[in-house]
Amino acid sequence: MQHKEYKSINKSVRKKDSIQLLLGKPVYTEDMMPKDAVIVKLLRSPHANAIVKSIDTSKAKLVPGIVDVYTWEDVPKTRFSNAGQTAPEPSPHDRLIIDRHVRFVGDPVAIIAAEDEKAAKRAMKLIKVEYEVLEPVLDFRKAKDNPILVHPEDDWSVPSDWGAFVDRNIIASEDNTDGDLEGVMSDCDMVLEHTFHTKQYSQTPMETFRTYTELDRYGRLHVVSSTQIVFHVRRILSVALGIPKNRIRVEKPRIGGGFGAKQTAVSEVFPAFVTMKTGRPAYICFSREESQIAGSPRHEMDVTVRLGADNDGTIRALDVYTLSNTGAYGEHGPTTVGLSGHKSIPLYTGSLEAHRFAFDVVYTNTMAAGAYRGYGATQGIFAVESMVNMLAERLGMDPTLLREKNMLKEGMVMPAYFGETANACALDRCMSRCKDIFDWESKYPVRDMGNGKVRTAGVAMAMQGSCISNLDVGSATVKLNEDGTYNLIIGAADMGTGCDTILAQIVAECMDCSVDDVTVFGADTDASPYDSGSYASSTTYVTGGACVRACERLKKRICEIAADIKGCASEDIEFEGRGVRILDTGDFIPLTDIGIKSQLNNGIAPEDTVMHTSPVSPPPYMVGMVEIELDKLTGLVEVLNYSAVVDCGIAINPALARIQTEGGIVQGIGHTLMENVTFNEKGKLLESSLMQYRIPTRLDAGKLNVEFENSYEPTGPFGAKSIGEIVINTPAPAIAHAIYRATGTWFRELPITPEAVAMSIKQQ
Amino acid sequence: MLTIKEYVRASSLEEAYELNQKRNNRIVGGMLWMKMQSGSIGTAIDLCDLGLDTIEETDEEFSIGAMVTLRQLELCESLNEYSCGAVKAAVKDIIGVQFRNLATVGGSIYGRFGFSDVLTVFLAMDTYVELYKGGIVSLEDFSKMKYDSDILVRIIVRKTRAKIIYNAMRIQRTDYPVITAALSKLGDEYRAVIGARPGRAVIIRDENGLLDGGVSSESADAFARFVASKAQTQSNMRGSAEYRTHLVKGLTERNVMEIGG
Amino acid sequence: MEIGIKLNGRMLSDNIDADLLLIDWLRDKGCFSVKRGCETSNCGLCTVLMDGKPVLSCSMLAARASGHEIMTLEGLQEEASEFVGFLADQGTDQCGFCNPGFVMNTIALLRENPDPTDDEILSYLAGNLCRCSGYNGQLRGIRAFLDSRKK
Repeated sequence: MQHKEYKSINKSVRKKDSIQLLLGKPVYTEDMMPKDAVIVKLLRSPHANAIVKSIDTSKAKLVPGIVDVYTWEDVPKTRFSNAGQTAPEPSPHDRLIIDRHVRFVGDPVAIIAAEDEKAAKRAMKLIKVEYEVLEPVLDFRKAKDNPILVHPEDDWSVPSDWGAFVDRNIIASEDNTDGDLEGVMSDCDMVLEHTFHTKQYSQTPMETFRTYTELDRYGRLHVVSSTQIVFHVRRILSVALGIPKNRIRVEKPRIGGGFGAKQTAVSEVFPAFVTMKTGRPAYICFSREESQIAGSPRHEMDVTVRLGADNDGTIRALDVYTLSNTGAYGEHGPTTVGLSGHKSIPLYTGSLEAHRFAFDVVYTNTMAAGAYRGYGATQGIFAVESMVNMLAERLGMDPTLLREKNMLKEGMVMPAYFGETANACALDRCMSRCKDIFDWESKYPVRDMGNGKVRTAGVAMAMQGSCISNLDVGSATVKLNEDGTYNLIIGAADMGTGCDTILAQIVAECMDCSVDDVTVFGADTDASPYDSGSYASSTTYVTGGACVRACERLKKRICEIAADIKGCASEDIEFEGRGVRILDTGDFIPLTDIGIKSQLNNGIAPEDTVMHTSPVSPPPYMVGMVEIELDKLTGLVEVLNYSAVVDCGIAINPALARIQTEGGIVQGIGHTLMENVTFNEKGKLLESSLMQYRIPTRLDAGKLNVEFENSYEPTGPFGAKSIGEIVINTPAPAIAHAIYRATGTWFRELPITPEAVAMSIKQQ
Repeated sequence: MLTIKEYVRASSLEEAYELNQKRNNRIVGGMLWMKMQSGSIGTAIDLCDLGLDTIEETDEEFSIGAMVTLRQLELCESLNEYSCGAVKAAVKDIIGVQFRNLATVGGSIYGRFGFSDVLTVFLAMDTYVELYKGGIVSLEDFSKMKYDSDILVRIIVRKTRAKIIYNAMRIQRTDYPVITAALSKLGDEYRAVIGARPGRAVIIRDENGLLDGGVSSESADAFARFVASKAQTQSNMRGSAEYRTHLVKGLTERNVMEIGG
Repeated sequence: MEIGIKLNGRMLSDNIDADLLLIDWLRDKGCFSVKRGCETSNCGLCTVLMDGKPVLSCSMLAARASGHEIMTLEGLQEEASEFVGFLADQGTDQCGFCNPGFVMNTIALLRENPDPTDDEILSYLAGNLCRCSGYNGQLRGIRAFLDSRKK
C-alpha cells in the first residue's frame, strides 16, 4: 500500500457549496424557475393496462387559466427511452410522451398546461376518459411467456440488444457458465438453494423530480432540471421531440438528492413538450405521490442462489439466477440485472471452482424501474451473502472465519468479474478491522436481555464497481485565470455527494494550489465537456482521472506560455505550482505573469480538456456488521450499532466518504426493516406518500461506526476507487443474519417486518 | 386538493357554532389531517382567538382547551406527573416537534381517529369532553358518538387516583402505530385501552375480576387474554388482525406486570 | 382576504386566498429556503418559526399566521451561521435540500434547550427527514458546536 503525503488529497475539506446549502440559499430548480412559467400537471391512468378509447378535453380547456391540454393525439410518434445511459442504449425505445396504451397505474394520459396549479387541478377533474380496460400482468413471476403482452406494438425497438424477446415479455436474458458447474456441485459435501426477493424500493430524494424549460435568447429549448445526466437528457429530448441536439441546452442547478432516481429522465419531457408547443416557460414539479407511483425505483428481483460447499467451509460453486422486474418500461432493465451476479459471485473468487450466472428481465404492468444506488448488486449481495451466512450457521462456523477462508484477495483474477484482476483489494483487512472495532467476539453470541428482548449480530461483505468499463467517459476542462486561480468545468453532476469539491481537490493536488483556488462549474451541455454523467459510481474514478490528465496537459501549456515569455524551450521549464522555474537560470516566473501573458499576444490557450475512460472498473470492497436488539413479543428490530470498514482505495475526502457510507447504510436499514412496497389487486401502489412509505428517521438509524482500510488503485486518480453505491449493500444480509440468530428463522424477502418476525416466533 | 372559500376567526363560541351548522363549513384544528383530504370547504372556522389554548389545573381536574397543542401536552409537567408520564409517552413519537406544535388535542379527540395515540391515552384516564351544546360527556361515550356539528370546547381530566402505562407498537419510530395499548388503574378499576385496532380505541375493563387477587404472571396472562378476546382487530397495511391481537395480548400483559398491584 | 404577518422582522400585509398555505405565501415572498418535500406533513423541510416555535408551514393556512411573527432561515442567517460550519465540517450537508428545515429546527432546539443531550437532540429533530446523510454526521456536527461553546 502506497502512502504519500498530499496537500489536498485524503483531506476532509468542506464541500464548496456547504454554507450556501446550510443557509438555505435559492439554488434548486424551483427556486430559479421563471415566475410566469406555465404549470404542467399530468392526468394519470387509474388502470394498470388499458387503451384510451376516447378522451374529451373540451370542458377542461374552458377552465379559466388553462393554456392547453394535450393527449396521445398531440405528441410525436417516435418511441424513446428515458434511461440515462450511453447510446446505443440497451434499454428499449418503448415509450411515447403519452401513449394511447397505458401500462401501469400512473402512466400519463394527458398533459395539462395552466397558469397556476389550482386551474390545472380543476381542469384535470373535467377531462373525460373512456378506457378499454385490459387484464394486467402484475406478478413478475408470471410475466415470461404470458399471453398478455405489455408491449404488443410494432414500433418497439432496442438500440443494443441484450437478449430481448418482446413477444415473451422479456427485454433481456443471458446464461453464462464458467467451469464445470454441475461436476463441482455434485462433488460438494452440500448444496444449498434458496430464492431471495427484494422489492421496488424508492430512492426518495428529498427533492422530488422537477424541471423547468424555456426558450432561450436564440429560441432554443433551455432545460433546467434536477438531473444526474445533462447530456443524456439532451439526447432523450432530441429523440422524443424530434429536434436537433444543438437546439437544446440542458443544465442542472443544485440537486436535492438523486441516488440514481435522476439517472432517468422522469420529468423532463413534459415541460419541454409544453414549451415547444406554447413557446412559454413551463414547470413541472412531481408531487411526492407522483414520485412514489411513477418514479424510477429499484428493480424488484428474485435472486435464486445455489451454493456448493464442503464440510470444511470451502465454497466451491455458485449458481445465481435472477429474475428482474423492469415494470412497464425498460429503463435500466437489461443493465441492472447484471450486477446481481457480477458484483456478488466474485466475492468468493478465493475458493470458487465454477460458477454460473443467468437472468431474465421481464415487463409487467407496474411502474417502470430505474437506477438506484447499488444497481442490482444490492439485490444479488443480499441473496449471496445471506446464503453464505446460512452455510456458516449450518456448519456451526463463525461466518467471519468462513469468509476469510473463501474471500477474494488482492492480486486474484476474477473470472466472474469480466476476468479483471483485483489490483487493489483490502477486503481481508476490512474484515479483520471491522471485527475489532465492532467487537464481533462479544456481540455475535445471542444475549438474552431479560425483558423479552435479545441482542445479537450479523455480518456481510460487499463489492461494487467504479464505472462501466470500456464505456463511461468523463471529461474535465481546467483553465488558468490571470490571477493564478483555476476554473474546472465538468459535465458530471454533483447531486449532494460532493463531487464538485472532490474533483477540485484532485485539481488542487495536481496544480499544487489550494482547493479554494479551484472554482467548479457544471453541468451544462452548452459549456461542459461531454460526460456520461454521475452514475455507476464513476465520477471520482473516471472524471477524476480526466482531471488528473487535464492538469498534466495544462501544466505543459503553462510552460509553453512561459517559454514564449523567456524565449526558451518549454522542455527547459518546470511547473512549480505558484509559477514555473527556468531550469538553466533558476529564474522563477509567477503564475500571475503567465496568466496575464496568456491574454496578450498569445496563441496558446491556458486551458485543456481531457476525456477519460477506463478499460477496467476496479471494485471497492466493504464489510458491515450490525448489532440488533429484537423484541420477541412485537418482532421489532432495533439497530443498535453498525460498524463498517470500506476499501475505496484512497478516499479523496474522508469526511465525504464517511457520510456517503453512513447515508448508504441507513438507506439499507430502511429497505430491510421498514420501507415496504405493496400493490392492491388492481396494481395500485399503496405506499404512495411519506406517510405510508416510511424512510428511517434519526431514531431508526442506530449508531454508525465507519472506518476505511486503504488500498491503492493504480488506475484511479491518486489511488481512488468509488464509494457512492457499495455502501448500501451490506445492511440487508447483515440484518437478516442477526434476525436469524435471534429467532432461528431466515427471512428471504425484504422488508423483514415486525409482524413477520413476531409471527415466526409465535409459530415455533 | 382541499379548497377553502373563506376563513373566519370566530369571536365567540356562539359564532363558531352558528357557522358550523352549515354542511360544508368546518372547524379547523391543527389542519394536519384536514389538509390531506380533497374537496371544498365553504368556511374554515378557526377557534384560535377564543382562549382555548391553555391547560388549567385545579385540585380536582385538568381543563384542557381544545386548541392546546400536542406539544403543550407533552411539556405540561403537572399533567405528566399525574399521568405517570403516559401523556408524554403517547404523543412523543407523533411525527415531530413541528407537527406536534400544530396538532391540537381538540382536533385529535374530535376526529376520534382509529390510529390516535391521543384518544387512547385520554381514554385511560377519567376524561370528559365539554361540548358547546351537548355539555359535559364522558370521553368513552363521546368516542362512540357519530360526528355532528357541535363544538368540542375542552377536555376535562378528573384527578382520580391513577397509575397509567402507555405503550404503542410502531414499525418506524415516528410512524402511525400498529396498535396502541394503555393500561390504567383508576382508583381500584383496571382499564385496558386498545387503539389502532385499526378502529377507534376502546376501553376494556376487568369485568371478571381477573386482577382482583392481585397482579401475578398468571393473572396478567389471564387479563391479557381477556382483553385480546374483547378488542376486535382488523387488517390494514400496517398489520394483520392476527398480529394485532397478538400485540394486544402481549403488550397488555407487559403493561399489567409493569403497573403491578 | 387581508392578512398581516411580521415576516423576518418586517410587517407585511397582503390580500390572499383563504386556502393559501403558509409555505406558498412564504416562497412567493422570496423565502426560498422553505422547501416542500411531501404532502403529508412528514418531512420537516418546510419548518419555520411562528412566534418562536417550529411549525410545518406546509400544514398551516397563511390566514392563520396573520397577526403572528414568522421567521424563516432568511431572517436567521446570523444565528444559523454560529453552528452550520460545524455541520459543513462533517460533510453532512450533502444535497442540502433538507438543510433549511433541519437548521431551523436546530435553532428552535438550541433556544429551548441550550445544552441538550444526544438523546434530546435526536428526539427533537426526529421530524426532520434526511435521505443522504444517515443522520450520524448531523449529530456529530451539533455536538462539535456544543463542545466548542463550552471551551
